[in-house]
Amino acid sequence: MHHLLPLLFAVPLLGAALLVATGRRLPRAVAETTGCAVSGATAALALVLLLNSAPPLVEWVGGWRPVDGESVGIVLVGDGPALGMAALDSLLTLSALVYSWRYFDEPPRGHAGSYPALMLVFQGAMCGFALAGDLFNAFVFFELMSVVAYALTGYRIDEPKAVQGALTFGVVNSLGAYAMLMGIGLLYARTGELAMTKIGRGLDDAAGQGGPDALVLAAFVLVMTGLLVKAAAVPFHFWLPDAHAVAPTPVCMLLSGVMVELGAYGVWRVYGTVFAGPGGIPAADLTRALVTLGVLTAAIGAVMCWYQRHIKRLLAYSTVAHTGLFLVGLGVLTPEGDDGIALYLLGHAGVKAALFACTGALLDRFGSVDEQALHGRARGMRAFGVMFAIGGLALAGLPPFGTALGKAITEEAVGGPLTLVYVLASAVTAGAVLRVTARVFLGLGPRPEDAAYETSGSDERPETGRRLSRIPDSMTAVPAVLLAAAFAVGVAPGLAAVVARSVNEAGSGGAHTSVHWTPHGILLGLVSTLLAVGLAALAVTRPRRLATPDWALPLRRLQSGHVGDYVAWLLVGATVLGALTLPGVLGG
Amino acid sequence: MHVLPYLVAAYVFLTGCYGLATSRNLIHTVGCLAVCQSSTYVLLLAVGYRDGATAPVFSDLAPGSRPVVDPIVQALTLTDIVVGATVTALLLALVLQIAKRHGTLDPDELRELRG
Repeated sequence: MHHLLPLLFAVPLLGAALLVATGRRLPRAVAETTGCAVSGATAALALVLLLNSAPPLVEWVGGWRPVDGESVGIVLVGDGPALGMAALDSLLTLSALVYSWRYFDEPPRGHAGSYPALMLVFQGAMCGFALAGDLFNAFVFFELMSVVAYALTGYRIDEPKAVQGALTFGVVNSLGAYAMLMGIGLLYARTGELAMTKIGRGLDDAAGQGGPDALVLAAFVLVMTGLLVKAAAVPFHFWLPDAHAVAPTPVCMLLSGVMVELGAYGVWRVYGTVFAGPGGIPAADLTRALVTLGVLTAAIGAVMCWYQRHIKRLLAYSTVAHTGLFLVGLGVLTPEGDDGIALYLLGHAGVKAALFACTGALLDRFGSVDEQALHGRARGMRAFGVMFAIGGLALAGLPPFGTALGKAITEEAVGGPLTLVYVLASAVTAGAVLRVTARVFLGLGPRPEDAAYETSGSDERPETGRRLSRIPDSMTAVPAVLLAAAFAVGVAPGLAAVVARSVNEAGSGGAHTSVHWTPHGILLGLVSTLLAVGLAALAVTRPRRLATPDWALPLRRLQSGHVGDYVAWLLVGATVLGALTLPGVLGG
Repeated sequence: MHVLPYLVAAYVFLTGCYGLATSRNLIHTVGCLAVCQSSTYVLLLAVGYRDGATAPVFSDLAPGSRPVVDPIVQALTLTDIVVGATVTALLLALVLQIAKRHGTLDPDELRELRG
């Protein structure tokens, strides 16, 4: 079975090569069908492998197995979480491809194969990153997935905003990736190994009784900088809203739904296998670093989300807030926290992709994604209004959605005041989504006034070439299916237990946890839902009371759209990360 | 002085970052990113260095007769160069398109996305 692991990225890459080679001659329907078929076949393979992933599958590519414990080969590790992420990104790519079936009316210059080919490369790269068992290949797939994402973000090259967002995305993410590569170089210098488990063991052996030193700290900070840039943790997050606001909608579904989360997954995987031992970074320091950055990310993401009028930007900031919550849950380093985050991530992927899909329908119908310009204009799109509202409620954590189950379990794992962060961040981001629903789909409340410093979402070009008078069925069905999947994550009997078991076997030494709905969790979920509805109602009926206060303006000005500023923030972030982790190294 | 290569790598990386942060021209920005990446080449090759060792090419060298430098980091550097070429090419294409659509290459004048 383990010999099939490389196919998870080989099949999409070959499919992409085929589409690029023949794309000029293919009619569009054939190209898109091929794309969907290859993507779907990979998803099916990922699911089959996922069902057979206990015990974990390990494949040394090309038969370069270790000799006397020393290895130079490429290793792929297919355990539950790795194959789970591969399956998630494959399924999401498939739904994005189905969604875009009737989406781009005119592929640029008659090259029908290019868009599905790029999507397939993206899918393959994400699968490869999830499966990589050695750090260098993690870097290669990380860069591959980034480069394809830049290309997809700037796919509509005639749009001034799209090319600007794509360049910012490219510069910041590539810089993060190079920082990661420097860290990998340092780890190789210390241990002479590239496979993650072997580096971990090598660090422990090299440290002996001494604990970590400056080199390990530097390597940790550099590797984590790369991963946290991808995960869009504050202050590495600035690229994300700019990229998500301008990318084509199906691409946004993938960026927000799974690519950003792969950064958080990378943090979990790399810390757990490389730095968790006695020669790595002490647990208390990692908790301090991740919880601090996570809380900051959740807070800034939620506040910025609330003050957006560009709907895609609003959803992008909601993703920032949620990755903050993921980092907090992973940072407390408890098996229950990991389980909760795994479920939260699955639910969030479905909900966020569905919300982006609904926004795409607005864009193609009205040529605008601006909350104020669209006020009341989407009254006729009832199905989308209902789905948008359901998405908002699920984002808040309304039981029994998967987001609610994951959030409840994580809240119990983090405990104490951190619970408040979860309730507030999810309530504020969901409140913003519900506010959009009320204004755009129901036309409630007065029209708010323009603020000075913001990106408006009007004058956007529809991605379909011309405005749609009727939304195709495929564009309605995809968000519905995604929301149903997010619902299923919460209610499917036994699913939570299976996820928890495979996550714990991979990350927490097989600790036995019981994950299920608790009255406490349901109550907190209902509280944040009510809070979200209340906030939305207040915003719609009394817009002045919740207008941007003076203290939020400097926060908005930080998002300057200037790539140099973002690079400076990246350096600040790396320094902060180092400072937060320093005490353990000094004390050790 | 065995710390020197590490210091050089850090210096090159930070120089590139300084250039990125203060750049007034997007082509210069992409160039600075390439400078940042060059620091990874320096670091990787320095990691594999051994005193008195030769290139790991065994066509005219009996295995084991002489020490050779670490071939793995050289393979990594080659891969890294390929990655860098792709990224630079793509980013320059985007810069070209920015110049066409915005009519400027100064990042200070690109103010459509903010807040």
